[in-house]
Amino acid sequence: MSTAVTATVTSKSAGAKNRELIAFAVLIGIGLVAPIAIYPVFLMKVLCFALFACAFNLLIGYVGLLSFGHAMFFGLAAYVGGYSVKAWGFSPELGILYGTACGAVLGLVTGLLAIRRQGIYFAMVTLALSQMVFFYCLQAKFTGGEDGIQAIPRGHFLGLINIQDDLTFYYVVLAIFAGAFLLIWRTVNSPFGQVLKAIRENEPRAISLGYRVDHYKLMAFVLSAALAGLAGATKALVFQLASLTDVTWQMSGEVVLMTLVGGMGTIFGPVVGAAVIITMQNYLAGFGEWVLVIQGFIFVVVVMAFRKGIVGEIQDWWTKRANKA
Amino acid sequence: MLFELIGIPPQALFGQLLLGLINGAFYAMMSLGLAVIFGLLNVINFTHGAQYMMGAFAAWMLLEWAGIPYWGALVLAPIIVGVTGIVMEKLLLKRLYHLDHLYGLLLTFGLALMIEGFFRKQFGSSGLPYSNPLPGGTRLSFMFLPNYRAWIVVASLVICFGTWFMIERTKLGSYLRAATERPDLVQAFGINVPRMITLTYGFGVGLAALAGVLAAPAYNVSPLMGSNLIIIVFAVVVIGGMGSILGAIITGFGLGIIEGLTKVFYPEASNTVIFIVMAIVLMVKPAGLFGTPK
Repeated sequence: MSTAVTATVTSKSAGAKNRELIAFAVLIGIGLVAPIAIYPVFLMKVLCFALFACAFNLLIGYVGLLSFGHAMFFGLAAYVGGYSVKAWGFSPELGILYGTACGAVLGLVTGLLAIRRQGIYFAMVTLALSQMVFFYCLQAKFTGGEDGIQAIPRGHFLGLINIQDDLTFYYVVLAIFAGAFLLIWRTVNSPFGQVLKAIRENEPRAISLGYRVDHYKLMAFVLSAALAGLAGATKALVFQLASLTDVTWQMSGEVVLMTLVGGMGTIFGPVVGAAVIITMQNYLAGFGEWVLVIQGFIFVVVVMAFRKGIVGEIQDWWTKRANKA
Repeated sequence: MLFELIGIPPQALFGQLLLGLINGAFYAMMSLGLAVIFGLLNVINFTHGAQYMMGAFAAWMLLEWAGIPYWGALVLAPIIVGVTGIVMEKLLLKRLYHLDHLYGLLLTFGLALMIEGFFRKQFGSSGLPYSNPLPGGTRLSFMFLPNYRAWIVVASLVICFGTWFMIERTKLGSYLRAATERPDLVQAFGINVPRMITLTYGFGVGLAALAGVLAAPAYNVSPLMGSNLIIIVFAVVVIGGMGSILGAIITGFGLGIIEGLTKVFYPEASNTVIFIVMAIVLMVKPAGLFGTPK
């Protein structure tokens, strides 16, 4: 695996970390006041997909593994989370946890298989495995086939907070997102994260330094799957719906697109990318099949001319300016 | 005797085996094209499914708009679609060779979305009929053999082994194999490698389109036909490994037959059996049945 996928610096100064934390605080600040201007359900959708994209970015951005099947974790967690709440009467937080756990278990099983191949084959293996999960969801009884699981009750979060109200639920989702984002940030900046980046940059060397590369890859894969599951289960409660759309290969493609547009291997890129793509989908909802064409077109433009993504380009511009001064 | 023992009527068994063989013919032709392109370009051509679909649509358009029958389309459609592939390579793909292979995958994925979206917009998702150029069939002692299905099997075998012969046994093929190993050396011997890459891509794309023309009378001509197929073909490629032409052909046909048998004995798993085989192969022989570990 060459280094061309991402161009981020491998080690960060304390100053850079502080800047990231400040930026994170600003982001959450914006999140806190955003419902004044924007519809909470839309914001929750952005947050769920931002979390999904951050989970995906953990693999492509920091380990150099392109998963083309992340919808399987997102979609399956939405199904099992939604089902446990609706059919077994789980409380919302338990349903979300259960969905996350199922995402992690699926991540462990598929990860064990997928990490046996590298690069381009890894992408094909994950895509094929997610298609298998798609067919399973299509045929299994509990998923409700083409109808999906509808009218999932939201109930009370932790038995106290009434999340039937959209605005209240929005703040709960914001808290979930903030927690998961900090977890990713902490992981990326930990010694564990440094080893992941070493694997991305030069896998043979990481092996020769004595790291059990496969264990690291598998751990990162399971963590990414679990977080994608967290995003999926939360999404199921937000829309009170889990459907086949969430498990399709198109959904896997969408999360790739979000991360690519925002900037692979940047900590905020996926968040920006998710916001951009979801907003675009909202505006283009009336154009039907053209949405697919436009998404494909964005893919082509970004890959051809704009590979660092929005946040990556801004970071570049910032470093250049700082170097000049 | 044997059939009574396992409780499956021979008609059903052989019928499904034939359907499996036909699916396998498409897996083989598609994975062959992917392997040829990957060998020289180091790009996994995600657009392959869309190009297969374009081949079927080209045949449909030639018939409906220009009155050119099936046999003409069999020659013209691959050329037309192959040329669009050459344009694509010249304009876009070419600029990504110096980057990580993943970008080639992402680019071709985006192009596949554009093409599929465009055809869905123009022709709807339900599919268009294409009349069978070889109606009728032969009654064999154990089953009824429709002429067109027999033709698909024969034609795909000719295409597959023709491609194998061209690559493994001709001078042109030896250039191709040499350029796959060491493009810089082949270039130094005065062979125009960039042009060779372009033409190879065009050839691989044409192969996908040819498969699409063969598929048009057998299945409906539908914008979704490509994306449904390409993911299975990816699994086939992972199972077989992309190092060997003959391996791609054998794996393609073999998996089609396994899928057909699954439809007879355990229909619930027929959608997923190829992915299950892939998982088993990954556990036992991660490099693929015919692959060499890199």
